[in-house]
Amino acid sequence: MSTPLHGPAKAVRLAAIGLGLTALGALFVYAAGGFGHAHLTPQRIIDTFEAQAGHYPGFRKNHAKGLCVSGYFQSSGLAASLSSARVFSQPRVPVIGRFAIGGANPHSPDTSVPTRSLAIQLSSDDGQVWRTGMNSPPVLAVSTPEAFYEQVLAATPDPVTGKPDPARLQAFFAAHPQSAAFRQWAAVYKPSDSFANTDYNSLNAFRLIDTAGQAHPVRWRLVAQAPFAALPAQVDDQQFLQHDLNQRLAQAPLRWTLRLSLAEPGDPIDDPARAWPAERRSVDAGTLVIERVDAPEQGACRDLNFDPLILPRGIEPSADPILAARSAAYAESFKHRSRESLSPGARP
Amino acid sequence: MKCTAMKSVSAVFHPLARALHWLMAVLILTMLFIGVSMVSDLTPRHTLFLQLHKATGLALLVLVLLRIVVRLSLAHPPLPQDIPPLQRWAAGASHLLLYGLMLAMPLLGWGMLSAGGYPLPLQLPAIAPHDLQLHALLRQAHGVLGYLLFATVLVHLGAALVHALVRRDGVLRSMWPTASKVDRCR
Repeated sequence: MSTPLHGPAKAVRLAAIGLGLTALGALFVYAAGGFGHAHLTPQRIIDTFEAQAGHYPGFRKNHAKGLCVSGYFQSSGLAASLSSARVFSQPRVPVIGRFAIGGANPHSPDTSVPTRSLAIQLSSDDGQVWRTGMNSPPVLAVSTPEAFYEQVLAATPDPVTGKPDPARLQAFFAAHPQSAAFRQWAAVYKPSDSFANTDYNSLNAFRLIDTAGQAHPVRWRLVAQAPFAALPAQVDDQQFLQHDLNQRLAQAPLRWTLRLSLAEPGDPIDDPARAWPAERRSVDAGTLVIERVDAPEQGACRDLNFDPLILPRGIEPSADPILAARSAAYAESFKHRSRESLSPGARP
Repeated sequence: MKCTAMKSVSAVFHPLARALHWLMAVLILTMLFIGVSMVSDLTPRHTLFLQLHKATGLALLVLVLLRIVVRLSLAHPPLPQDIPPLQRWAAGASHLLLYGLMLAMPLLGWGMLSAGGYPLPLQLPAIAPHDLQLHALLRQAHGVLGYLLFATVLVHLGAALVHALVRRDGVLRSMWPTASKVDRCR
């Protein structure tokens, strides 16, 4: 043991220690984003949604308007050879779900938005949970979170008309040729008159893992069993789709086929803007049966984050950067609305 | 060093205590940096960090429980006798705070996932009811206490360096990984 230091030697060492601690502290603040972020963050995306659509405390920050449903998934057993996930072999898996329309405004008229979504949670009897959020378009217009953010900005509503500036949108699509598949879909898209006869797509690819550990890249789609009928040209009811769903479910359960589409080598696994060829092998994994609907924004789905990366054993994410970004942004939205729920009256 | 048998105490921590200390020091600092950076990340690294954060948090919970048992059951070297009472009190209080935070952080993480209705790693049971408001409170606490833990670690590190480089009193050496057992008179 040596003697304690005094005088200048002590001062120099104390200063050095102080400097070292300050540097470590500054590094921590930097890691936490205290000096700002050069890159796109989930916070910026959620803040931009709110800046465009308005602040609606307690609501989801996108696909804000929706309603909870419940039912079950009836596995066909046909996908059991592709994935060890119990949902593909269990005869009847309880499901909690949520139908919604796109956009961050929970008061939009149901038929004012082309995008519709269905998010479901499947809870299998081995204790595993699968959540998947699916949209009506089969592909996205973009391949990266940064391009998605540019798309959101390009669709900023004009303060005068309340609608996006068509010239700005056109400029965005021109600058993003990967949006071709999406634009083709949008050009021929005819909205149906119900959530019930709409198909919902996984958008991103995933990997099914079979019992031998082999991976099978896959996308999935819920194919409506209810026949298509076009949306009337004139709709006055702002809750048109919600009322329709209530009426249909009062009569009988609604059904969708869960259709898995399997990639071939060379197919774009990690790019949600590019469709796979239509002739790809497909497997009907089972039937989703929706039996009941809860009041708007009420029910078991309300307090769930339908993070698409909540996957059971036997399903793994692809390397699609949008898939990871969805997970991060959903978490940010969940953080906002759970925090907002602490203020009185801020719960939908 | 020659002392009467009764007054001879080890001047270094038990090897198990030292192993736990340094292992947890590395894990906790890594966790704190991962924790604050992953929330603003939307790349696939976010997914990876989140998984790593949960797994390491669980490991740290097991380690801190073991460490509390070790702390309570094994003898540990006393502080040098010339430490003023106020500093002695500060040392005790900051160590108590560190133990409290090391225990609270993983439990808050587990609790906030439970209250948020999330599935848990290793299919662990939920330790809180699925409740959005409770989730918000636990999540805020997890965040605030995370920053407090980092601040406490900085103070702890600063004090250790002052002991080693200014006071030069053997306190850091008592926790040093390669320190050999030296007896000291009290």
